[in-house]
Amino acid sequence: MSWEAFVTKSLSRVGSFFTALVLVFALSSCGYNNIPTLEEQAKAKWADVQNNYQRRADLIPNLVATVQGYAKQEKDVLTSVVEARAKATQVKIDASQLSDPEKLKQFQDAQNQLSGALGRLLVVSENYPDLKSNQNFLALQSQLEGTENRITVARRDYIEAVRAYNTELKTFPGVLWASTFFRSNKPMAEFAANDNAQTPPQVKF
Amino acid sequence: MVRVRLSAAAFLALLCLGVAALAVNFPALSGRIVDQANVIPAETRTALEPKLADLEAKSGIQLVVATVTSLEGQEIEPYANELFRAWKLGEKSKNNGVLLLVAPNERRVRIEVGYGLEGTLTDALSKVIITNAITPRFKAGDFGGGISRGVDDIITVLTTDSSEWQKRPSLRLDDPSTPQIPSWLFVAGLIAVVALSIVSPGFRWFLLGMLMNSGGRSSGGGWSSGGGRSSGGGFSGGGGSSGGGGASGKW
Repeated sequence: MSWEAFVTKSLSRVGSFFTALVLVFALSSCGYNNIPTLEEQAKAKWADVQNNYQRRADLIPNLVATVQGYAKQEKDVLTSVVEARAKATQVKIDASQLSDPEKLKQFQDAQNQLSGALGRLLVVSENYPDLKSNQNFLALQSQLEGTENRITVARRDYIEAVRAYNTELKTFPGVLWASTFFRSNKPMAEFAANDNAQTPPQVKF
Repeated sequence: MVRVRLSAAAFLALLCLGVAALAVNFPALSGRIVDQANVIPAETRTALEPKLADLEAKSGIQLVVATVTSLEGQEIEPYANELFRAWKLGEKSKNNGVLLLVAPNERRVRIEVGYGLEGTLTDALSKVIITNAITPRFKAGDFGGGISRGVDDIITVLTTDSSEWQKRPSLRLDDPSTPQIPSWLFVAGLIAVVALSIVSPGFRWFLLGMLMNSGGRSSGGGWSSGGGRSSGGGFSGGGGSSGGGGASGKW
């Protein structure tokens, strides 16, 4: 191979290399990374949702114990809270199951049941003036309210993140990547915005 | 034909730009006290402002007092959370912002706490501050008194925890600077890379892969508004966020 031929060949190689380089940057700036990024974001938001529900579950034994001290006769309500809590803490969803609507519904139902039972407990506790003025109960109540609010925020963030991820999978240019490199990426199940869970239990004094 | 191509290009450009999020009509973050509803007396304002600035100077915590004329039909909890996020109170890395929001027309008040302070200014403590210091005075129509007592109590809670109150070491100025690479070494390295990529196809792919990775990371971050805190005249949020911590009350 003559020197000249070698130079032309090398040059064309360098040329194609730089073309590829430009292409890489074009790709990454035009959404190649969006699908994995959005997926990770949605998963992180889900972790938040689950943590906040867990936080609520952690508050309950203390709450039940406090109420029990003043209102032993409300056995039914107390038992239903304890049972609903036990059931709700059993349903866990890890990040890989988020595309399964059935699983998500199970989680939702269990948490809603707990919300309902908790609401009844708070309504019942209205009938006990001593309980209502108990400092420990007041503190627990404000923590519970705060947690319900955090749950609302975390759910809203998660719904938003899932919407962004699902949209990316279905719209251009994401749909190109979804049908080629990320074929195993499934859209995540929508979290039904359910009115019961959105509004924290109302407590009136 | 040309027109179709042009509009397609424009569409693509729009897609790559992304869509800006839109929000409710929030008041602008004009200072540490944003009195849209006009209920804070001038003397209260002048007494409070140095306290708030002092808190930020000593601990980095951004505490902002806001009054709004309307919650725009929302409950105060989502409104406060969205306002907090729109203003980005607190440092981005620490999320140490607090918002005391008063809606006189709806008779609602809320302390919204950033993620980073949830452990210090807990929901229960926020509730105690609202029920003991704020709402009794609001009930009597004394907005200035309620707000200044509320702010005092919030500052007390935030500053009793010594870890938050310790003066931040001014270490951030002298970051470990990147070691200086001699320029000839850099040039030599560049030549070596180009030479290698000409000779070996394997190296070209390796380089391509590396660039793909680094390109991805940088574009994943997106355009953020930066975590810098403002100093001097203007005031702005530092990029902090809140997840709904705090408490609300009514009078």
